[in-house]
Amino acid sequence: MLAFIIKRLANAVFVMLSVTFLAFVIFTAVGDPVDQMLNEQATQAQRDDLRERLGLDDPFLVQYGKFVVRAAQGDFGISFRNQQDVLTMIGERFPATFELVLVATFISLVVGVPMGVITAIRRQTWYAEAMQFISIIGVSLPSFVVGIGLILVFSVWLGWFPAFGRGETVDLGWWSTGLLTHSGRMSIVLPALSLSLFQITLVMRLVRAEMLEVLRSDFIKFARARGIPARSIHFRHALRNCLMPVVTMTAMQIGGLIAFALVTETVFQWPGMGLLFIQAVTFVDVPIMAAYLCIVALIFVVLNAIVDMTYAVIDPRLKGADA
Amino acid sequence: MRISTKMKSVALAGLSAALLATTAQAETVRWGAPRDIVSLDPYSYGDSYTINFLNHIYEGLVRYNRDLEIEPALATEWEIVSPTTWRFTLRKDVKFHDGADFTAEDVLASLERVSDETSPLKGNLPAYKSATVVDDYTIDIELNGAYPLLLNDLTNIHIFDKGWLVANNAEKPTDVSAGVEGFATFNTNGTGPFVLESRTPEAQTILTVNENWWDEPAHNLTRIEFQPISSAATRVAALLSGEVDFVDSAPVQDLGRLEQAENLTLLERTDLRTVMLGFNRRDELVAGGENPMNDLRVRQAMQMAVDMDLIQDKVMRGKSRNAGTLVAPSIPGYSEELDTPAAYDPEKAKELLAEAGYPDGFEFDFVCTNESYVNEEQFCQAIASMWSRVGLTPKLDIGPTAKQTPKRANGKADVYTIGWATLPMLDTYSILVQMLHSKEGNSGVFNWGDWSYPELDKLTQSAAVELDRDTRLQMETDALKIAKDEIIMMPLHQQPMAWAVSKGFSDFPQFPDNKPRMWYVTK
Repeated sequence: MLAFIIKRLANAVFVMLSVTFLAFVIFTAVGDPVDQMLNEQATQAQRDDLRERLGLDDPFLVQYGKFVVRAAQGDFGISFRNQQDVLTMIGERFPATFELVLVATFISLVVGVPMGVITAIRRQTWYAEAMQFISIIGVSLPSFVVGIGLILVFSVWLGWFPAFGRGETVDLGWWSTGLLTHSGRMSIVLPALSLSLFQITLVMRLVRAEMLEVLRSDFIKFARARGIPARSIHFRHALRNCLMPVVTMTAMQIGGLIAFALVTETVFQWPGMGLLFIQAVTFVDVPIMAAYLCIVALIFVVLNAIVDMTYAVIDPRLKGADA
Repeated sequence: MRISTKMKSVALAGLSAALLATTAQAETVRWGAPRDIVSLDPYSYGDSYTINFLNHIYEGLVRYNRDLEIEPALATEWEIVSPTTWRFTLRKDVKFHDGADFTAEDVLASLERVSDETSPLKGNLPAYKSATVVDDYTIDIELNGAYPLLLNDLTNIHIFDKGWLVANNAEKPTDVSAGVEGFATFNTNGTGPFVLESRTPEAQTILTVNENWWDEPAHNLTRIEFQPISSAATRVAALLSGEVDFVDSAPVQDLGRLEQAENLTLLERTDLRTVMLGFNRRDELVAGGENPMNDLRVRQAMQMAVDMDLIQDKVMRGKSRNAGTLVAPSIPGYSEELDTPAAYDPEKAKELLAEAGYPDGFEFDFVCTNESYVNEEQFCQAIASMWSRVGLTPKLDIGPTAKQTPKRANGKADVYTIGWATLPMLDTYSILVQMLHSKEGNSGVFNWGDWSYPELDKLTQSAAVELDRDTRLQMETDALKIAKDEIIMMPLHQQPMAWAVSKGFSDFPQFPDNKPRMWYVTK
């Protein structure tokens, strides 16, 4: 097990280094932050001076090397634009993103699982077909369109939910939560719904496929023969056998949701990490972009490692094999 | 149905009354802004949006009034002792938000902070050399030469409390390259009409009224809730659903919708910013080969080939104002005589091109950004196709500002867009020295095409030290005339700006520099 963990760790370090390297290649192409840091009146000498102090004139590999050395010590510097410590800024916004992702995941399971079961056991009925059809729309609509649509219907026309922001938050130590206040709970509904739409479809289709498979298996036939009620067969025996892949997929998707929440966050002005990143890109705020990419990569790596290790525990055959 | 809505509104009225009672007669403005401020430190980043917002908390020695004329603020009067020395008399009985007295030491500390080597705002006070405290309420500012625009510059230099800066180790501006945070990034202590209550970046910044403000307030607000909403569609939705009651950047495509909304007032006008095109004037084009744009006839042809009326009508939806000169009407130095937009004449354009030796046109790079100016992408496409019609071959290159600016600044663009509002100076001198002057020393930072007109340079330099206002403005107008005759830059238009406010406000002045000033707002 130890060798396995060490191997995974080495793997993770390699992934992180590659991600940061690629990120730095991209940064050289996004443009020059100095022009936006100084205003119209600044002279050429002041511009050159600032560029030099920020080390932007250094060769690419030198800049990258410096970054890796400092990042390894947990020092990501301060934002060019906000002049705040980058890790603190990301840390402050992480709870917002994480709560959004959690609620979206919750919605996708609560809605997606029953829909999957229904479309599997009531094939041919009109409502199962309708759900299948709607789910195609769910996958194909881009999330900013969904977001704007939800805002139009539920904020502008019906006035049920706020169109933007996170509402009031409560601080629990360093974690700020919006789930404990009424306005916070109202605010999370639309963004979470918009973020979960794709996920609902995914869960529904996965459950449906698994259900169809399980329903054909022998133990279900025997259960039917024993006269167990259909309801109990479907939801207790069959569904339980479908859930393992759903749980795995959901865990893996959390990383993806954190990364892709940035579109939803921009539409709903949700003060999370994605919004921060989008703005950093506009203003070429290199320290924030670099730290964000590192952290998202880290989340992916950790989630992957956890899933791999859990599998290794469950299935001893994987321990020896190269993952 | 009718009854139920009525009951609902009664219930709502009751609810809002209850809410009002708890916050004691709050006249609140909920401001839906296109973006957040970057910091609470006014000397942190060359960003006029942030500086203007912080003007609610901090003040300068002088300020702009409702007509954008300079009037006394923390200084009550000033005199020019010698061409390079200005003496300011300061207002007595002004207190900072924490209760400290305002004195000349505070002004000195602030001037030193803003002109520090590492301050990104150093360029906002270019003439500053040093300052001497004469007594508690008198300060002399020494300049590095005669300079007529000191007051204009000082409107944007916010005054800190020295004791507060020292106590919090913030006498120097935050240096990004050092990687250490500064106290003033998170805290404020000004003299202005509003006091900071709380700030959550990207979510909300709340100001409350300063009861002890030295000036008689023209506003009756008690609270400002500043909420950035970066997505334009969401911003409009929040306004329509009543979650915010003021938006300072209403998207052009939604103006029709906002105009029809019953509970909103739409404030529209054209911006001070003049959008224009610049030409590469080096010997060679970016792609190589002789540069035809050094021939005045070619530039004239390029100007005549563009139908600005059509662009105004179709692209700008009739909301822009076509420009004949490089500054907007309210900028000192503007002359109505020069402000005649060039006539559209594609036939003449073809003739001129043939005369100059390019009957079949030529190929060049046309660099635009997609978000710097209102509908920029569309008007660039329109201009490119109009040029194609007279035989030219523009290669349109559109991208984000951060990506395009290095190209433009490093001479990798043959034709490019640029907008200039002369902010924060509000004087023609700004565009003369920063853009039209030859690129030498500290002048011509935005002279991206690398042209040189010695006569214009001379006028600019004379205007820089001319203390008589009328003589100076005449020099600036003369310089603008050279720019027009030689088509150094091709002016396009002043872009539209639109604010939308809910009906509850009795006075909400809109300023042509697109800066909301809440201390003039009454509800």
